[in-house]
Amino acid sequence: MAEVRLDRITVQYGKKTAIGDFSLHVRDGECLTLLGPSPCGKTTVLRAIAGLAKLAGGDVTIGSRVVASKDRRIFIPPEKRNVGVVFQDYAVWPHMTVEANVLYPLKKRKVPREEAKEQVSDVLRQVRMADYAARMPFQLSGGQQQRVALARALVASQDVVLLDEPLTNLDANLREEMRFEIKRLQNETGVTVIYVTHDQDIALVISDRIAVMDKTGSVRQLGTPEELSRNPVDSFVYRFLGLSNFIAVEIVDGEMHVRDGSERIPFPYPVPSGMGSTSFYAACRPMDIALARAATDGGAGAGGALRGLVTRVIYLGNIYEYRVQVGDSEIRVQQDSYEAFRNGTFREGDACTLSIKNIRYYEDVEEVS
Amino acid sequence: MRAGQSLRGSELRRMEGSRFNTGQLLLVISTVILIITVVLPVAMIVYNVFFYKWSFDWSLFASMLTDPDNLAAMWNTVKISFLVTTLGTVVGLFFAWLIGRSDIPLKGLMKSLFVIPYMFPPFIGAMAWGLLLAPRSGYINKMFMALTGGRTPLFNINTLAGIVFVELCYYFPFVFIQVSGALERMDPTLEESARIAGANQMTVIRRITMPLVVPAIAAGAMLILISSLSHFGVPAILGFSNGIFTLPTKIYELIYRASGSFEGIRQGASLSILLVAVVVLALALQRRVLRTGRYDIIRGKSMRPMLIKLRGWKAPLLAVCFVFLAITVILPLFTIFGVGLLKAYGVPMKLANMTLNNFKYVLFESRMARDSIRNSFFLSITSAVITMLVGTMIAYVIVKIQPRGKGVLEVLGILPYSIPGIVLAVGVILTWSGAFYLNLYNTIWIILIAYIARYMAFSMKSASASLEQVHDSLEEASRTCGASHFESLLDVTLPLIRPGMVAGFFLIFLPAMRELTTSLLLYGPFTRTMGVAIYSINEEGYTVQACALAGVAIIIIVLGELLLRFVTRERRGQ
Repeated sequence: MAEVRLDRITVQYGKKTAIGDFSLHVRDGECLTLLGPSPCGKTTVLRAIAGLAKLAGGDVTIGSRVVASKDRRIFIPPEKRNVGVVFQDYAVWPHMTVEANVLYPLKKRKVPREEAKEQVSDVLRQVRMADYAARMPFQLSGGQQQRVALARALVASQDVVLLDEPLTNLDANLREEMRFEIKRLQNETGVTVIYVTHDQDIALVISDRIAVMDKTGSVRQLGTPEELSRNPVDSFVYRFLGLSNFIAVEIVDGEMHVRDGSERIPFPYPVPSGMGSTSFYAACRPMDIALARAATDGGAGAGGALRGLVTRVIYLGNIYEYRVQVGDSEIRVQQDSYEAFRNGTFREGDACTLSIKNIRYYEDVEEVS
Repeated sequence: MRAGQSLRGSELRRMEGSRFNTGQLLLVISTVILIITVVLPVAMIVYNVFFYKWSFDWSLFASMLTDPDNLAAMWNTVKISFLVTTLGTVVGLFFAWLIGRSDIPLKGLMKSLFVIPYMFPPFIGAMAWGLLLAPRSGYINKMFMALTGGRTPLFNINTLAGIVFVELCYYFPFVFIQVSGALERMDPTLEESARIAGANQMTVIRRITMPLVVPAIAAGAMLILISSLSHFGVPAILGFSNGIFTLPTKIYELIYRASGSFEGIRQGASLSILLVAVVVLALALQRRVLRTGRYDIIRGKSMRPMLIKLRGWKAPLLAVCFVFLAITVILPLFTIFGVGLLKAYGVPMKLANMTLNNFKYVLFESRMARDSIRNSFFLSITSAVITMLVGTMIAYVIVKIQPRGKGVLEVLGILPYSIPGIVLAVGVILTWSGAFYLNLYNTIWIILIAYIARYMAFSMKSASASLEQVHDSLEEASRTCGASHFESLLDVTLPLIRPGMVAGFFLIFLPAMRELTTSLLLYGPFTRTMGVAIYSINEEGYTVQACALAGVAIIIIVLGELLLRFVTRERRGQ
């Protein structure tokens, strides 16, 4: 167990700056996820911690030990940092058995053979690979290889384990299973975990805290998964955490209207306070929109609700997805299939009204990738 | 982080600060080895041609360049290699297509048979063809003259056409192997979709198949071109008696005639520069002509291609294959072993005239022949081991450490590949016979140094290929598991590339066993190699003994080739 501190680190590949002036404090024993689009330098952060990338500036501290510092000319090589790493391609050595793979870090640390063997069988049991100890990697599935890599990393360090998108190459079921597995192992061992991914579903499940990074490599928001979901600080974080709609609105005569329509469409919600200008964006999740049939007389909807036209209907199994034209913008609406069937589904060309929950307002809309 | 990936390797190894680390050590050693074995000989050639007693002197080169004999040799070289390359490409392409894309029977057998000429040392082939088609004494010509009762031979092998024919027989497999491989890896759906789109058979071949295999054809043709430009054995054996010279044989003749005097070596060196210039020019020209787009639709997977039905053509084409194989493989083999078994050259080839005495003589009685076998084994094994290890080290530096000057290393390693063996020999003589207080002339070490330089490119290429299969993260993983760079190398990288290194050993061992050109300029009284011994016994007129020794060489090479197959098959099975 150890905390990890990154103090204004800069890493360059040739002349390109991968991350610049990056600071982060990972608490002892927590699971922190670096979440961001590729490429945003999140892997580079891991490499800087592991000692696989050289710093062009700043300090890296693991526990109480400064392992890299540009100014103090410290560079502790990866083999002496006591950090376990799970690589994206697992990097399980194909010429060694599962057991030999996991045993290797202990052999290098000169742990007595008996003790090492015991530790290996313990950790193999933890990752549920005890029955496969004598297998060669080519006899294993992707998920099994991934567990071996995880076991090896856990054996390599009780302090810090770094995981670089280890679930990306797995199929959906295995991915779901493994993310709980990683969380369970982290709880059991209490090791500090730094996890890199671009997949917000995984991040929300396994993290104690998430750092959302943008393409320039700076952290937009750092917080618990709940904090992030409930209060994304900007449109980038909002978009990154899930499917999202942005409706351009403006305030005219103290009331909001949809901005880019040829006709004036009222946006019938309370005007937010504290916005810098009179035009901004209303953000909402597709699941937070309810559709209702519009009154056939063509007048203003009941209670002045937002009106739209269903342009596409897509059945996704457990979800019904609609594309609804409001002014010039298209809005994604998702409904639980069961509910949709009960209330009657819409067809293309149907007029409807939308009622939106949990609206957030942002000054601008940023591209995520 | 795709952008950073290519730089990672260098980052990891360079970052260990100012201390001298494993990576830098390997880089320095690699550079020094390449400078000594490769750069020095080339530099010595240039220096000795253009400088005389430390002052620039252009006159020797100019006089060599204007000598009509030398110009004739150059012209012969160009003519021969142009014809060999063109015809070899056509022949190789035809057979590769026939076996890869038609329903001709006995494919497996034919594929192995067509690769045999590739193993056959061309100069032994030339000897065999000399025995068959020499204008007056050749077996075939004698038979022909007896049949017709005339005095005109069927074909005189001691001509330019004869040289082209023999080189063609042994060089067409370069294109055959390259194109067969490409056809095997090509996705057959590419051809099928063209058929579905309405193209007929010929259109598919012309518009789809051909363009896709062009890079393979180009690679094979380039190999033929370089090889025939710098080839020595065939024109030496077939051309000398008729006064036909090529640049490589002219270089040899100049040095040989001057019996090792410095003036002769300087003249040889001048022609060497000319020869290298021709090779470089040919390479540049070839690259220009074939600057077509690279196609990456060739996949690694082997799939079942659509086979073209030959129908009525099946039997005639099969016959063509077998006649061709009989001419290129069986006839020369039969001749070498047949003549090797004769009691004396010239007696009719009948069982009554056969004896094993010649084989007994070369294996047990002749000191020279025995020495040559021992020398060849020593040189081939030693040079293969050293070159494989050094080549792997240099490839590791280039592929994994990726230092700033890796381009220089790459060029230095591949350089000898385009430098003809005869030129390399001249450079090695200039460098290692006292120029640097070390005279290795007439010792076996000078040949060893030349072999190492000559085969470095082979080993670097094969080692690079296996190292590229080893993903960077495998070594990084062992670093983070507590292993130093050197330990990672030992525990992870080396075991993973070991099969490639074994294959690399054979890729050097086999050509070194049949090496003639370089050794012929470098051998001393006790350091003949098998190639040199066969050549000189043959030149001295002891034809039957020469054939017997050639037979022994062929047996050794075939056994080695089989061993290589076995080794690489095991690897593939894993």
